[in-house]
Amino acid sequence: MTTATAQPIPLPADWRDFWSLTKPRVMSLVIFTGLCGMLAAPVPVNPVLGFVAILCIAVGAGGSAALNQWWEADLDAKMKRTASRPLPAGRMEPGSARDFGVILSAGSVMVMGLAVGWLAAVILAFSIFYYAVIYTIWLKPRTPQNIVIGGGAGAFPPMIGWIAATGDITLMPVLLFAIIFFWTPPHFWALALFVETDYAAAGIPMMPVVAGHKSTRRQILIYAVLMLPIAMAPFWLGVAGWLYGASALLLTAVFLLLSLRVAVFRGEAGDMDMRPEKRLFGYSVLYLFVLFAALVADRFLIG
Amino acid sequence: MNLMTAEKLDPMEQRKQIIASRNRMLGLVLAGLAVLFFAITIAKLV
Repeated sequence: MTTATAQPIPLPADWRDFWSLTKPRVMSLVIFTGLCGMLAAPVPVNPVLGFVAILCIAVGAGGSAALNQWWEADLDAKMKRTASRPLPAGRMEPGSARDFGVILSAGSVMVMGLAVGWLAAVILAFSIFYYAVIYTIWLKPRTPQNIVIGGGAGAFPPMIGWIAATGDITLMPVLLFAIIFFWTPPHFWALALFVETDYAAAGIPMMPVVAGHKSTRRQILIYAVLMLPIAMAPFWLGVAGWLYGASALLLTAVFLLLSLRVAVFRGEAGDMDMRPEKRLFGYSVLYLFVLFAALVADRFLIG
Repeated sequence: MNLMTAEKLDPMEQRKQIIASRNRMLGLVLAGLAVLFFAITIAKLV
Protein backbone atom coordinates (compact mmCIF):
# COMPACT_ATOMS: atom_id res chain seq x y z
CA MET A 1 0.00 0.00 0.00
CA THR A 2 1.47 3.38 -0.96
CA THR A 3 0.91 6.64 0.86
CA ALA A 4 -0.63 8.11 -2.29
CA THR A 5 -3.51 5.60 -2.34
CA ALA A 6 -3.89 5.09 1.44
CA GLN A 7 -7.18 6.07 3.04
CA PRO A 8 -6.81 8.99 5.46
CA ILE A 9 -6.58 7.76 9.03
CA PRO A 10 -9.57 9.12 11.00
CA LEU A 11 -8.57 11.60 13.68
CA PRO A 12 -8.89 10.40 17.27
CA ALA A 13 -11.56 11.95 19.47
CA ASP A 14 -10.50 15.12 21.25
CA TRP A 15 -10.81 15.35 25.05
CA ARG A 16 -13.53 17.94 24.47
CA ASP A 17 -15.59 15.24 22.74
CA PHE A 18 -15.33 13.04 25.84
CA TRP A 19 -16.28 16.03 27.97
CA SER A 20 -19.35 16.75 25.82
CA LEU A 21 -20.41 13.07 26.16
CA THR A 22 -21.05 13.75 29.85
CA LYS A 23 -23.70 16.40 28.99
CA PRO A 24 -22.11 19.14 31.13
CA ARG A 25 -25.21 21.37 31.16
CA VAL A 26 -27.39 18.57 32.57
CA MET A 27 -24.58 17.80 34.99
CA SER A 28 -24.70 21.35 36.37
CA LEU A 29 -28.34 20.83 37.42
CA VAL A 30 -27.44 17.42 38.88
CA ILE A 31 -24.59 18.95 40.90
CA PHE A 32 -26.82 21.75 42.14
CA THR A 33 -29.71 19.51 43.25
CA GLY A 34 -27.31 16.97 44.78
CA LEU A 35 -25.54 19.72 46.70
CA CYS A 36 -28.86 21.15 47.90
CA GLY A 37 -29.97 17.70 49.09
CA MET A 38 -26.74 17.39 51.04
CA LEU A 39 -26.82 20.91 52.51
CA ALA A 40 -30.49 20.60 53.46
CA ALA A 41 -29.72 17.54 55.59
CA PRO A 42 -29.74 18.28 59.31
CA VAL A 43 -26.21 16.98 59.96
CA PRO A 44 -22.78 18.54 59.39
CA VAL A 45 -20.81 17.00 56.53
CA ASN A 46 -17.04 16.71 56.31
CA PRO A 47 -16.18 19.12 53.46
CA VAL A 48 -13.83 16.65 51.75
CA LEU A 49 -16.31 13.77 51.90
CA GLY A 50 -19.11 16.13 50.85
CA PHE A 51 -17.05 17.20 47.84
CA VAL A 52 -16.36 13.54 47.00
CA ALA A 53 -20.07 12.69 47.22
CA ILE A 54 -21.03 15.52 44.84
CA LEU A 55 -18.16 14.62 42.51
CA CYS A 56 -19.36 10.98 42.43
CA ILE A 57 -22.95 12.08 41.72
CA ALA A 58 -21.69 14.30 38.86
CA VAL A 59 -19.36 11.64 37.42
CA GLY A 60 -22.09 8.99 37.69
CA ALA A 61 -24.47 11.31 35.80
CA GLY A 62 -21.74 11.89 33.20
CA GLY A 63 -21.19 8.14 32.83
CA SER A 64 -24.88 7.42 32.32
CA ALA A 65 -25.07 10.31 29.80
CA ALA A 66 -22.17 8.77 27.84
CA LEU A 67 -23.93 5.38 27.84
CA ASN A 68 -27.14 7.10 26.71
CA GLN A 69 -25.34 8.72 23.76
CA TRP A 70 -23.59 5.46 22.86
CA TRP A 71 -26.95 3.66 22.69
CA GLU A 72 -28.79 6.48 20.90
CA ALA A 73 -26.14 7.45 18.31
CA ASP A 74 -28.41 6.43 15.40
CA LEU A 75 -31.36 8.42 16.78
CA ASP A 76 -29.17 11.44 17.56
CA ALA A 77 -28.03 11.52 13.93
CA LYS A 78 -31.65 12.09 12.85
CA MET A 79 -32.24 15.14 15.06
CA LYS A 80 -30.85 18.61 14.34
CA ARG A 81 -30.38 19.31 18.05
CA THR A 82 -28.15 16.24 18.56
CA ALA A 83 -26.61 15.57 15.14
CA SER A 84 -23.37 17.37 16.03
CA ARG A 85 -22.67 15.19 19.09
CA PRO A 86 -19.36 13.25 18.89
CA LEU A 87 -20.86 9.87 17.90
CA PRO A 88 -23.39 10.89 15.20
CA ALA A 89 -20.85 13.39 13.81
CA GLY A 90 -18.31 10.55 13.46
CA ARG A 91 -15.68 12.12 15.70
CA MET A 92 -15.60 9.14 18.07
CA GLU A 93 -15.73 5.34 17.91
CA PRO A 94 -18.87 3.91 19.59
CA GLY A 95 -16.73 1.55 21.69
CA SER A 96 -14.79 4.48 23.15
CA ALA A 97 -18.03 6.16 24.29
CA ARG A 98 -19.31 2.89 25.80
CA ASP A 99 -16.04 2.20 27.66
CA PHE A 100 -15.86 5.80 28.85
CA GLY A 101 -19.43 5.54 30.20
CA VAL A 102 -18.77 2.22 31.95
CA ILE A 103 -15.51 3.48 33.54
CA LEU A 104 -17.13 6.69 34.83
CA SER A 105 -20.19 4.82 36.14
CA ALA A 106 -18.27 2.03 37.88
CA GLY A 107 -15.61 4.42 39.21
CA SER A 108 -18.13 6.83 40.69
CA VAL A 109 -20.02 4.03 42.47
CA MET A 110 -16.84 2.46 43.87
CA VAL A 111 -15.44 5.76 45.17
CA MET A 112 -18.84 6.73 46.63
CA GLY A 113 -19.04 3.37 48.44
CA LEU A 114 -15.48 3.39 49.78
CA ALA A 115 -15.28 7.07 50.73
CA VAL A 116 -18.83 8.10 51.62
CA GLY A 117 -21.09 5.10 52.24
CA TRP A 118 -22.52 2.06 50.55
CA LEU A 119 -26.18 3.09 50.83
CA ALA A 120 -25.46 6.24 48.80
CA ALA A 121 -23.37 4.12 46.39
CA VAL A 122 -26.19 1.60 45.87
CA ILE A 123 -28.70 4.38 45.15
CA LEU A 124 -26.17 6.01 42.77
CA ALA A 125 -25.67 2.67 40.97
CA PHE A 126 -29.43 2.24 40.68
CA SER A 127 -29.85 5.79 39.32
CA ILE A 128 -27.24 5.07 36.60
CA PHE A 129 -28.97 1.78 35.73
CA TYR A 130 -32.34 3.56 35.75
CA TYR A 131 -31.19 6.20 33.25
CA ALA A 132 -28.99 4.07 31.00
CA VAL A 133 -31.15 0.93 30.88
CA ILE A 134 -34.70 1.51 32.14
CA TYR A 135 -35.10 4.94 30.49
CA THR A 136 -32.74 4.92 27.48
CA ILE A 137 -33.01 1.32 26.30
CA TRP A 138 -36.41 0.23 27.54
CA LEU A 139 -38.88 3.11 27.97
CA LYS A 140 -37.80 5.91 25.64
CA PRO A 141 -38.33 4.06 22.34
CA ARG A 142 -41.50 2.29 23.51
CA THR A 143 -43.92 4.55 25.36
CA PRO A 144 -45.00 8.20 25.41
CA GLN A 145 -44.85 7.86 29.22
CA ASN A 146 -41.04 7.62 28.87
CA ILE A 147 -40.51 11.04 30.40
CA VAL A 148 -42.85 10.39 33.33
CA ILE A 149 -41.09 7.23 34.49
CA GLY A 150 -37.68 8.29 33.17
CA GLY A 151 -37.95 11.47 35.22
CA GLY A 152 -37.00 9.31 38.18
CA ALA A 153 -33.42 9.23 36.90
CA GLY A 154 -33.04 12.98 37.32
CA ALA A 155 -34.79 12.86 40.69
CA PHE A 156 -32.12 10.78 42.41
CA PRO A 157 -29.29 13.38 42.92
CA PRO A 158 -30.84 15.32 45.86
CA MET A 159 -31.82 12.00 47.44
CA ILE A 160 -28.25 10.71 47.09
CA GLY A 161 -26.90 14.02 48.45
CA TRP A 162 -29.11 13.71 51.54
CA ILE A 163 -28.24 10.02 52.05
CA ALA A 164 -24.51 10.78 51.62
CA ALA A 165 -24.83 13.27 54.50
CA THR A 166 -27.05 11.27 56.84
CA GLY A 167 -26.48 7.65 55.79
CA ASP A 168 -30.23 7.11 56.03
CA ILE A 169 -33.41 7.32 53.93
CA THR A 170 -36.11 9.40 55.62
CA LEU A 171 -39.21 11.28 54.46
CA MET A 172 -37.35 14.39 53.23
CA PRO A 173 -35.16 12.73 50.56
CA VAL A 174 -38.26 10.97 49.26
CA LEU A 175 -40.02 14.36 49.00
CA LEU A 176 -37.01 15.85 47.19
CA PHE A 177 -37.20 12.91 44.79
CA ALA A 178 -40.94 13.50 44.28
CA ILE A 179 -40.46 17.23 43.54
CA ILE A 180 -38.13 16.53 40.59
CA PHE A 181 -40.13 13.47 39.50
CA PHE A 182 -43.34 15.52 39.09
CA TRP A 183 -41.48 18.57 37.75
CA THR A 184 -39.92 16.63 34.86
CA PRO A 185 -42.99 15.96 32.64
CA PRO A 186 -44.18 19.60 32.34
CA HIS A 187 -40.55 20.75 31.93
CA PHE A 188 -39.75 18.26 29.19
CA TRP A 189 -43.11 18.29 27.40
CA ALA A 190 -42.92 22.10 27.11
CA LEU A 191 -39.63 21.53 25.25
CA ALA A 192 -41.09 18.65 23.22
CA LEU A 193 -43.97 20.88 22.06
CA PHE A 194 -41.63 23.28 20.27
CA VAL A 195 -39.09 20.70 19.02
CA GLU A 196 -41.72 18.09 18.15
CA THR A 197 -40.64 17.78 14.50
CA ASP A 198 -37.19 16.62 15.62
CA TYR A 199 -38.58 13.81 17.80
CA ALA A 200 -41.02 12.75 15.09
CA ALA A 201 -38.14 12.52 12.58
CA ALA A 202 -36.25 10.21 14.95
CA GLY A 203 -39.35 8.09 15.64
CA ILE A 204 -39.23 8.73 19.39
CA PRO A 205 -42.75 8.43 20.85
CA MET A 206 -42.76 11.71 22.75
CA MET A 207 -46.16 12.71 24.10
CA PRO A 208 -46.86 15.49 21.50
CA VAL A 209 -45.96 13.06 18.68
CA VAL A 210 -48.19 10.22 19.91
CA ALA A 211 -51.05 11.84 21.86
CA GLY A 212 -51.14 15.23 20.12
CA HIS A 213 -50.80 18.76 21.37
CA LYS A 214 -54.16 19.04 23.11
CA SER A 215 -53.57 16.01 25.31
CA THR A 216 -49.96 17.04 26.06
CA ARG A 217 -51.04 20.53 27.09
CA ARG A 218 -53.74 19.08 29.37
CA GLN A 219 -51.23 16.71 30.98
CA ILE A 220 -48.74 19.55 31.53
CA LEU A 221 -51.45 21.34 33.50
CA ILE A 222 -52.30 18.19 35.52
CA TYR A 223 -48.65 17.75 36.57
CA ALA A 224 -48.37 21.46 37.38
CA VAL A 225 -51.43 21.16 39.66
CA LEU A 226 -49.85 18.12 41.35
CA MET A 227 -46.65 20.13 41.87
CA LEU A 228 -48.40 22.41 44.35
CA PRO A 229 -49.04 19.86 47.16
CA ILE A 230 -45.76 18.09 46.46
CA ALA A 231 -43.64 21.26 46.58
CA MET A 232 -45.52 22.41 49.70
CA ALA A 233 -45.29 19.04 51.47
CA PRO A 234 -41.91 19.69 53.19
CA PHE A 235 -43.44 22.83 54.77
CA TRP A 236 -46.81 21.23 55.62
CA LEU A 237 -45.09 18.23 57.22
CA GLY A 238 -42.80 20.49 59.25
CA VAL A 239 -39.51 19.36 57.69
CA ALA A 240 -38.90 22.82 56.16
CA GLY A 241 -39.60 26.31 57.53
CA TRP A 242 -41.64 29.33 56.44
CA LEU A 243 -38.96 30.67 54.08
CA TYR A 244 -39.16 27.50 52.01
CA GLY A 245 -42.97 27.38 52.34
CA ALA A 246 -43.46 30.96 51.10
CA SER A 247 -40.96 30.48 48.25
CA ALA A 248 -42.55 27.18 47.18
CA LEU A 249 -46.03 28.71 47.21
CA LEU A 250 -45.03 31.73 45.12
CA LEU A 251 -42.82 29.81 42.68
CA THR A 252 -45.39 27.05 42.14
CA ALA A 253 -48.21 29.56 41.67
CA VAL A 254 -46.24 31.12 38.77
CA PHE A 255 -45.46 27.62 37.44
CA LEU A 256 -49.18 26.84 37.51
CA LEU A 257 -50.06 30.11 35.78
CA LEU A 258 -47.55 29.53 32.96
CA SER A 259 -48.78 25.93 32.58
CA LEU A 260 -52.35 27.19 32.36
CA ARG A 261 -51.33 29.50 29.51
CA VAL A 262 -49.74 26.53 27.73
CA ALA A 263 -52.91 24.47 28.33
CA VAL A 264 -55.18 27.07 26.69
CA PHE A 265 -52.72 27.99 23.89
CA ARG A 266 -53.33 26.43 20.47
CA GLY A 267 -49.99 26.84 18.66
CA GLU A 268 -48.52 24.03 16.60
CA ALA A 269 -44.92 22.81 16.43
CA GLY A 270 -42.92 24.87 13.96
CA ASP A 271 -44.94 28.01 14.68
CA MET A 272 -42.67 30.97 15.12
CA ASP A 273 -44.72 32.01 18.10
CA MET A 274 -44.56 29.23 20.69
CA ARG A 275 -43.93 31.73 23.45
CA PRO A 276 -46.02 30.12 26.23
CA GLU A 277 -44.18 26.79 25.80
CA LYS A 278 -40.76 28.44 25.61
CA ARG A 279 -41.56 30.60 28.61
CA LEU A 280 -42.70 27.58 30.66
CA PHE A 281 -39.58 25.63 29.70
CA GLY A 282 -37.28 28.51 30.66
CA TYR A 283 -39.15 29.18 33.89
CA SER A 284 -39.19 25.50 34.88
CA VAL A 285 -35.36 25.45 34.99
CA LEU A 286 -35.33 28.63 37.10
CA TYR A 287 -38.10 27.18 39.30
CA LEU A 288 -36.06 24.16 40.29
CA PHE A 289 -32.92 26.19 40.99
CA VAL A 290 -34.74 28.73 43.16
CA LEU A 291 -36.87 26.13 44.98
CA PHE A 292 -33.84 24.09 46.01
CA ALA A 293 -31.87 27.23 46.87
CA ALA A 294 -34.80 28.28 49.09
CA LEU A 295 -34.66 24.90 50.84
CA VAL A 296 -30.97 25.37 51.66
CA ALA A 297 -31.47 29.01 52.67
CA ASP A 298 -34.33 27.93 54.94
CA ARG A 299 -32.12 25.31 56.59
CA PHE A 300 -29.28 27.78 57.28
CA LEU A 301 -31.29 30.96 58.02
CA ILE A 302 -34.36 29.56 59.78
CA GLY A 303 -32.92 26.24 61.02
CA MET B 1 -12.14 21.48 16.11
CA ASN B 2 -12.61 24.36 13.74
CA LEU B 3 -12.18 24.45 9.98
CA MET B 4 -9.30 26.93 10.12
CA THR B 5 -7.19 24.54 12.19
CA ALA B 6 -8.07 21.63 9.93
CA GLU B 7 -6.92 23.60 6.88
CA LYS B 8 -3.69 24.81 8.43
CA LEU B 9 -2.38 21.52 9.84
CA ASP B 10 -1.66 18.32 7.98
CA PRO B 11 -3.56 15.28 9.36
CA MET B 12 -0.54 13.69 11.05
CA GLU B 13 0.31 16.92 12.83
CA GLN B 14 -3.32 17.35 13.83
CA ARG B 15 -3.41 13.76 15.12
CA LYS B 16 -0.29 14.36 17.22
CA GLN B 17 -1.79 17.53 18.70
CA ILE B 18 -5.06 15.81 19.63
CA ILE B 19 -3.25 12.88 21.26
CA ALA B 20 -0.91 15.24 23.13
CA SER B 21 -3.82 17.30 24.48
CA ARG B 22 -5.66 14.09 25.48
CA ASN B 23 -2.57 12.84 27.31
CA ARG B 24 -2.21 16.15 29.14
CA MET B 25 -5.86 16.01 30.19
CA LEU B 26 -5.53 12.38 31.33
CA GLY B 27 -2.46 13.32 33.34
CA LEU B 28 -4.37 16.13 35.03
CA VAL B 29 -7.27 13.81 35.85
CA LEU B 30 -4.94 11.16 37.32
CA ALA B 31 -3.08 13.78 39.35
CA GLY B 32 -6.44 15.11 40.58
CA LEU B 33 -7.49 11.59 41.60
CA ALA B 34 -4.22 11.06 43.48
CA VAL B 35 -4.78 14.30 45.43
CA LEU B 36 -8.40 13.33 46.04
CA PHE B 37 -7.47 9.90 47.42
CA PHE B 38 -4.93 11.48 49.78
CA ALA B 39 -7.59 13.96 50.94
CA ILE B 40 -10.15 11.15 51.46
CA THR B 41 -7.64 9.16 53.51
CA ILE B 42 -6.86 12.14 55.73
CA ALA B 43 -10.57 12.99 56.09
CA LYS B 44 -11.31 9.39 57.13
CA LEU B 45 -8.48 9.43 59.68
CA VAL B 46 -9.66 12.64 61.36
